[in-house]
Amino acid sequence: MAFYVVQFLTGLASAASLFLVASGLSIIFGVTRIVNFAHGAFYMIGAYIAFTLTERLSGAFGFWGSIVLAALAVALIGVIVEMVLLRRIYHAPELFQLLATFGLTLMVEDLVVLIWGPDDLVGRRAPGFKGAIDFFGQNIPSYDLFLIVLGPVVLGILWLLFQRTRWGVLVRAATQDRDMVAALGVNQKWLFTSVFAVGVFLAALGGALQIPRDAVHHAMDLRIIVEVFVVVVIGGLGSIVGAFVAAVLVSELNAFGILIFPKISIILVFLVMAVVLIVRPWGLFGKPEAAARKTPGLTVNPWRPLTSNERLAALAALVVAATLPLFAGNYALTVGSEIAVFVIFAVSLHFLMSVGGLASFGHAAYFGLGAYGIAFLAKMAGLPMIVCLLLGPLLGCMGAAVFGFFAVQLSGVYFAMLTLAFAQIVWSIAFQWVSVTGGDNGILGLWPSSWAASPSHFYWLALGVAALVTIALRAMVFSPFGYALRATRDSLLRSEAIGIDAKRIQWTAFVIAGTTAGIGGALFAYLKGSVFPDNLGISLSVDALVMVLLGGVETVSGAVIGAIVYKALNIWLVSQTDLSKLVLGGFIVLIVVVFPKGIVGMLEMLVQRRRKSSPPGSPLLAKPIESAE
Amino acid sequence: MKLTVQDLNSHYGPAHILFDIGFEVGEGEVVALLGRNGAGKSTTFRSIVGLVAQCSGRIMFEGKDVSARPTHEIVREGLGYVPEERRIFTDLTVEENLEVGRQPKRPNAPHWTREKLFALFPNLGEMKNRPGGRMSGGEQQMLTIARTLMGNPSLVLLDEPSEGLSPKIVEQMVEAILTMKKEGVSIVVSEQNLHFARLISDRAYIIERGRICFGGTMAELDARPDIRDAHLSL
Repeated sequence: MAFYVVQFLTGLASAASLFLVASGLSIIFGVTRIVNFAHGAFYMIGAYIAFTLTERLSGAFGFWGSIVLAALAVALIGVIVEMVLLRRIYHAPELFQLLATFGLTLMVEDLVVLIWGPDDLVGRRAPGFKGAIDFFGQNIPSYDLFLIVLGPVVLGILWLLFQRTRWGVLVRAATQDRDMVAALGVNQKWLFTSVFAVGVFLAALGGALQIPRDAVHHAMDLRIIVEVFVVVVIGGLGSIVGAFVAAVLVSELNAFGILIFPKISIILVFLVMAVVLIVRPWGLFGKPEAAARKTPGLTVNPWRPLTSNERLAALAALVVAATLPLFAGNYALTVGSEIAVFVIFAVSLHFLMSVGGLASFGHAAYFGLGAYGIAFLAKMAGLPMIVCLLLGPLLGCMGAAVFGFFAVQLSGVYFAMLTLAFAQIVWSIAFQWVSVTGGDNGILGLWPSSWAASPSHFYWLALGVAALVTIALRAMVFSPFGYALRATRDSLLRSEAIGIDAKRIQWTAFVIAGTTAGIGGALFAYLKGSVFPDNLGISLSVDALVMVLLGGVETVSGAVIGAIVYKALNIWLVSQTDLSKLVLGGFIVLIVVVFPKGIVGMLEMLVQRRRKSSPPGSPLLAKPIESAE
Repeated sequence: MKLTVQDLNSHYGPAHILFDIGFEVGEGEVVALLGRNGAGKSTTFRSIVGLVAQCSGRIMFEGKDVSARPTHEIVREGLGYVPEERRIFTDLTVEENLEVGRQPKRPNAPHWTREKLFALFPNLGEMKNRPGGRMSGGEQQMLTIARTLMGNPSLVLLDEPSEGLSPKIVEQMVEAILTMKKEGVSIVVSEQNLHFARLISDRAYIIERGRICFGGTMAELDARPDIRDAHLSL
C-alpha cells in the first residue's frame, strides 16, 4: 500500500513542472492564438541556464536565486523572440505560426549542444531538500514534496493574477476579443509581449525546477512538448485550472501506467485523451471554440483542372526524370529514388492539408507505419516484395483510420496538436516495444527482390509510383469526393447544411492521405533496407510540412517541387555541416516570414503581376481579422 | 471642428466599400449618420478607429491627423468607439468589462466613474458581478456604452445603439445619450431609425452604397422628403 502512495506522490511531483509549462502554453495561446511549439525549447533553455547558474552561485540563496534568475533570463529571450519574430506573423495562418516556432525549436536544439555540449548534465540538489522522508519503509525525496506544494501555490498565484489585477482582466478580455480591447485604448502589442513573457517564464521555471530531479539534456524539449500538448488537449486550451487538473492526471497515469504496461505505458495516457476528446472535444475545462476562425485562408484562388498544355509539360517533366538512369550514377539514382519517395509523402500531406484543410503535424506516423508494415511482412512473414508493397501500406491505412477518427473531431490547432501527439505515441511504441520493433536498433535487412534491386530499376519503380500517386490524388481533387472535401474545408457548417457528412469525408481524406504516406514509407523501407523509429518521428513530420509550405500550399505542383528542392537541399546540407538543424530551423523561420506563399506561389504571383499591373496587396497577406463579419 | 473626415475610401479584400466619405462634427454636437443596412455606416466607424486594414483618407481629430495611427492610440486621443455588435466580454463581469475600458482623466472631456455610470444606467448597478454573457441585449448595449465612457472620450462613435432593443430600453437610451451630450461629449450616431435619430441629433448625413448623399440639419432633412424616402426605409 505504501508503495502505491509513494508512486502517487511521485506522480504529483512530476505534475508540477508539467503544469507550469502547460499553463504557460495555455496563457500564450489564449491571447495570441499562437500555439508556441518553442515552449519546450524555452523549458530546456531554462534548465540549462539554471544548471550553469547553480554551478556558479553557491549557497541556498545562490540555488534558489539561480532558478528564478534563469527563468527571468529566458523570459527576456522570449520577449526578444516575440518582438522580432512573432509580431510579424500574428496575422498569418495558424499553421505558419506553429511552423515558425518549430523552426526556433530546431535552432535551439543545435545551439544548446554548441554551448553546453551533447552530454547529459547532472545538476545540484536543492539546498534544504536533499534528503528523503521515510514513509512506511518507502523513501520519498523531500524535493518531491516541495514540488507537490509548489504546484497548487503557483495555480493560486496565477488565479490571483488573472482575477485580481488590471493586467489579468485585460488578458482575459483579449483572450475573447483582442480587437475590441484595442478599440478600448489598450496597446495590444505590449499586452501580447507581456503575456508571452509570463508564459515563457513559467516554461523556463518548470525546466529550472527539474534540475535536482533529472539530468539536463538536449532532447528534453520534444519530450515535454508532447506531454504538454496532451495536457492542454485534455485540460482545454486556454484554461489554467484545466492545465493543472490534466497535468496531475497525465502524471499519475504515467506513474501508474509503468506498473501496468511497463513497456508501453504511454498507451494509457492516449486512451484517456481519446475518451476526453470523444466526450468533450474542447477539453475538460475548455470552451468550445466558435467555428468562425479556422485554417482556411490558405486557398484563395479556386482550383481548376490542368490545361492540355500544362498536362504536356507535366508529362515532359516526367519523361525527363525517367531518363535519369541513362546518364547518372548509382548515388544520384539513390538520391533520386529518395526524392521520389518524399514526393509521395509530401503530396499525401498536401492532399490532407490543402484540399482537406487539415494540417497534420504528425503525418510521419503513417509513413513510418507503412515502413514497419513492410518490415513485419518481409522479415516475420517472409512474403515476397510485390505482396509486401501491396499490403505494407495497410498498416499506415489502419493507423490513419484509428487516429484519424479522433483527430477529425477537432480542427485547427487542436487537430495539429492531436496529430502530433498521436505520432509521438506511435514513435514511443516503436522505440519502447523492443521485442517487436527492435527499439532503437530498428529492423534491418529488408532488401528488394531481384527485379527491383538495381538502383535504376528501383528508381523507375519509385518514380512510377510517385507519378501515379500524384495523378490519382490530383484527380481526386476534382471528383465529387474532392468537391465535398473542399466544401468541408471552406465551411464546415454550410457543407453540413447541404447534406455532406463532414466528419466522415474528413476521416476518409485522412485515411487516404495516411495510406498514401504508407506507400511512400513502404518504398522507403526497401530503399534504405531498414526501418527505425525515426521513420515516424516528429522531425520527419515537420520535413513534410516544410516541403509543402516551401513549394506552396495552394497547388499540387507546389508539394512536388517543394519535396524535390527541400530533399535535395537537405541531403546536401547534412553532407556539409554538423549544424544542419540550426540551418534548417533558420531556413524554416525565413520561409514563414519572407515567403509565406512558397516557391510555386511566388512564381504564380510573378506571372500574374506581369499579366496585369499588381492588385492592391495580395489577399492572403492582407487578410487580417476583419473577415469575421 | 471636433472631427473631420475627408476622402475616406475603404476596401475589404477586392471589394471597394466606401467612396470618398467626408463629414464633420462640431464641438459638443450630436451628428447622425443615417443609412440602410449595408450602406457603409459600420465600415465608416471601423475605418475611423483604424480597424479596417485597407483604407485611405484623412481623419482629423481635434486638429491632429490620426488616419495612420494604430487603433489604441486613436482611442487614447479621446475618440471612443461603441461597436454595433456590442462585443461585450462575456466571461468578464460588468465591473471587469468597465475596467477594460478605463483610461486616465482627460482635461477636455467629462470624467466618468463607475458610480456616475451606474447612475446613468441603473440596471448595470444592480448586476455588478454578473458575467456579460448572462445579460439581456438591452443591458449589454448599456454596458458597451458605459465601457467606452470609462475611457473618458471627448467624442463617441455610437454604432446603431437602438438596434434590436425594446421601445422601453430605446427610451432609456435616448435619455442616456442626451445626458452624455449635456456633459459635453460629442457624438456621431449611426442609425437606420429616423425617429430615434431625430430625438437626439443636431445634424444628419445620409450614406448610401458607400457614398455620402446628403448632409444638413434635421430641419433641412425634413424639408426634403424625396431624399428621405429614397435613401431611408421607414
